[in-house]
Amino acid sequence: MSTHQPLHLKTFALLTVIVVAGPLGNVLLGKGMKAAGRVHPWPPSALLQEGMRVFSSGTIWVGIASLITFFIAYMLVLSWADYSYVQPASSISYAVVALLSYSVLGEKVSPLMWAGVAIICLGVFVVGRTGPNTRRSTERGQP
Amino acid sequence: MSSFLLLAWIIVIGTCGEMCVSRAMKVVGEVKDFRPLAIVRVIARALRVGWMWLGVGMMAAAFFALLGVLSVDNVSFVVPVTALSYLAGACGGVFFLGERVTRERWLGVLLVVIGVSLVILGRAK
Repeated sequence: MSTHQPLHLKTFALLTVIVVAGPLGNVLLGKGMKAAGRVHPWPPSALLQEGMRVFSSGTIWVGIASLITFFIAYMLVLSWADYSYVQPASSISYAVVALLSYSVLGEKVSPLMWAGVAIICLGVFVVGRTGPNTRRSTERGQP
Repeated sequence: MSSFLLLAWIIVIGTCGEMCVSRAMKVVGEVKDFRPLAIVRVIARALRVGWMWLGVGMMAAAFFALLGVLSVDNVSFVVPVTALSYLAGACGGVFFLGERVTRERWLGVLLVVIGVSLVILGRAK
């Protein structure tokens, strides 16, 4: 399972898009939602008004555009790479989110949270290194 | 409390959605042409696969829950907690799909759980 093959350029390029666009989208959504304030989905009649309020924010739309970019890159890379390969390769996203939250949103990230994020990255990496237990691993080409 | 319910929703429904999208893209096949028109054609082809609609629907449901939880909690808290999807994936594999999860994978899941616990503890301070 742990054969180290060189990354194809297209895989590397798309993974870069994934680890930048995904966290950026989440951070922009966080910024937009903080500005919009707490959402009250009840009663349902108020839902439309709440939706209008949230989606009138430009930050939310840029965040959505960023997440759509992430999603398209994710779709494309999954057309040839294993889900269990993409998972560890994109695990660094958690660190990017923490970094962006700290630097762009000015959120307070405690040392304990940084340690947690580092362990999550490591954990996701370990999960992804394990065999996917599917018959495809020998049938298809490497990512 | 409602934040934790929304996070649980994001973790479970989001993971199921990703699996469905992954399955749909395997049906579509490897993408070799990256010109914009070719990518549009790939997306159109993917949208003819039922799994893609199911996946996108689930991911949309997770997305709206994410918006809700981001209105009350910090991104630096919410996103790391969603890593519990790896625990959900492993447990789902064992209990619903009858998969054999290796010791190494359980170790990875354990690390994720420890990491998320630290993030939750760090946020509480």
